[in-house]
Amino acid sequence: MKLAKTLLAAAVVVGSLGGIAVAQDKVTIGVSVPAADHGWTGGVNYFAQQAIDRLKVTYPNVEFVFASAPDAPKQIADIEDMVATRGIDALVILPGDPDAMTSAIKQVKDAGKFVTVVDRQLSINGVENLYVAGDNPGLGANAAAYFKEALPEGGNIVILRGLPIPIDQQRFDGFMAGIEGTNLKVLDDEFANWNRDDGFKVMQDFLTRFPDIKGVWTQDDDISLGAIEAIKQAGRDKDMFIVGGAGMQQIIQAVADGSALTPVDVSYSPAMIATAIELTTAHLVSGVQVSGRYVLDSTLITKDNAAGFLDPASPF
Amino acid sequence: MSASAPDTAAKPARGFRIDLKTAGPLLALALLVLLGITLNENFLSYSNLTNVLARSSFIGIIAIGATFVITAGGLDLSVGSMAAVIAGVMIMVMNWLIPSFGIGWSVVLAGMASGILLGGVAGVFNGLMITRGRIEAFIVTLGTMGIFRSLVTFLANGGTLSLNFNVADVYRPVYYDGILGVPWPILVFALVAIAGEILMRRTAFGRYCAAIGSNEQVARYSSINVDNVRLLTYILQGVLVGVAVLLYVPRLGSASSTTGVLWELEAIAGVIIGGTTLKGGYGRIWGTVVGVVILGLIGNILNLQSLISPYLNGAFQGVIIILAVLLQRERRTS
Repeated sequence: MKLAKTLLAAAVVVGSLGGIAVAQDKVTIGVSVPAADHGWTGGVNYFAQQAIDRLKVTYPNVEFVFASAPDAPKQIADIEDMVATRGIDALVILPGDPDAMTSAIKQVKDAGKFVTVVDRQLSINGVENLYVAGDNPGLGANAAAYFKEALPEGGNIVILRGLPIPIDQQRFDGFMAGIEGTNLKVLDDEFANWNRDDGFKVMQDFLTRFPDIKGVWTQDDDISLGAIEAIKQAGRDKDMFIVGGAGMQQIIQAVADGSALTPVDVSYSPAMIATAIELTTAHLVSGVQVSGRYVLDSTLITKDNAAGFLDPASPF
Repeated sequence: MSASAPDTAAKPARGFRIDLKTAGPLLALALLVLLGITLNENFLSYSNLTNVLARSSFIGIIAIGATFVITAGGLDLSVGSMAAVIAGVMIMVMNWLIPSFGIGWSVVLAGMASGILLGGVAGVFNGLMITRGRIEAFIVTLGTMGIFRSLVTFLANGGTLSLNFNVADVYRPVYYDGILGVPWPILVFALVAIAGEILMRRTAFGRYCAAIGSNEQVARYSSINVDNVRLLTYILQGVLVGVAVLLYVPRLGSASSTTGVLWELEAIAGVIIGGTTLKGGYGRIWGTVVGVVILGLIGNILNLQSLISPYLNGAFQGVIIILAVLLQRERRTS
């Protein structure tokens, strides 16, 4: 998060300096994101629009084309339209399904556009000019480190996973590698689809099945919120703690308040889309070099640093 | 289609002989329960059974409405999105009324009333488009499915609508408490099912639904007001979605664009597993209840075992659904 802020600040400073110096050519940037189908993507939409509104004021000569798509075919159609009819110079894309969209994004690159890919890795390397993402293996590893610290003697834990896509696997592998060699025993893992209702159901059934659970790793705060209700219903909120991920305001507030049930969270901020848009704009406006890979830290949010992650305006 | 209705109507007169045709869904349910018992000793525990039934009650109440719609030859794909938008509006109404009503049951009751009302209005809209606008039910409700889903995303600003914490505390018992240890959602589900069964079997409305679904022209010539009966089925569906949401909101106290996703398919699957014909003409409320419980138990059993890889959950679900219906089809032809 600190890195994100530094990058943002640098981008804004460099961008605004460059904006004055460089000739006022009109540039158009396309921004394509998945539809707000759960809390995190809702945050992505919010932060993308916020960044666009801010940058429009800073750079009157930059135009943005924003589109959000419910599925891969629609998202591909969006970016084809952006190239064909809106004449974009650069594309910032958070691909809903990176595997399905790789070739479509490669075509944009082949047409000579600057391509920024956010969050999800494409299936072939070297397509994007700039890659901005959160640290998925790190999200798992940091959560694992906390479990080791909180349960030094070991104990039974359960895992609620997201959807069966690569991001989830990276997080899961990072976590499993992190707890290897400890006495932490994973009783079972089930998919809860990054969804509150499914988090509630899966947790209810885990509680029925296992009389002794010390910790729950959900790797997502939406799932956590459902699981928390199930744990409270069973009256077992004193027996275990729960670690989510993403940094939803509601959970961070609980962490800041010193909740025993949610003692920590791991950040994976949807604001990374804003970082990507700022960097791309800076590059187009001022020619500053931004190509490369930017991986934002998945920081462990504790009672001590939670205040820095609170943002009352964020819908996520 | 019409052949099956008198056929089954004649059956109960035969008394004690086990009717394999109607027993299909029950047989599937019994097999599933046996599987559950062998997989986990906690399966039959009181808390597990109430958990599963309470969770299934939303889909169950919606599916009872869907049984009428489908029996009358219609279809409503919008129920999941409708549930989401009703949940969203209810939460907004309650949050909005706090300053004038204060924290308490009056706010919750006003929220509940708004939910039922909105469900009814949505049902009237669907029904009028289909009966007066003469548009295929599939298209109308596909359209409203998209409209309702976007509306809730828009209202929530892409995020989540959360009920005021203090009101949520007042409202919470509606999902978690009950009478004599039976949670409210299960009680309401049971009441709606009994009322639905009476409406379907013992009233003119129920018989009209079956008549229209079985042959619309004949129903028209028999001086049944086809359009009005159809319209009523959609209104009933909307109101029942409202009732389901009343019980859903206190569970998590929030609504987002993921609320109620695919509920329409679960409801329709429950109806069909229960023995109602998808083409209309024959509906069975108690079958729908069994069908919905089967669907709920499948999810529960999958979470209670670790033999089947979670990657294969969908496949297991599919196999059970097809088996449950196959069980009935075989009896039917024999």
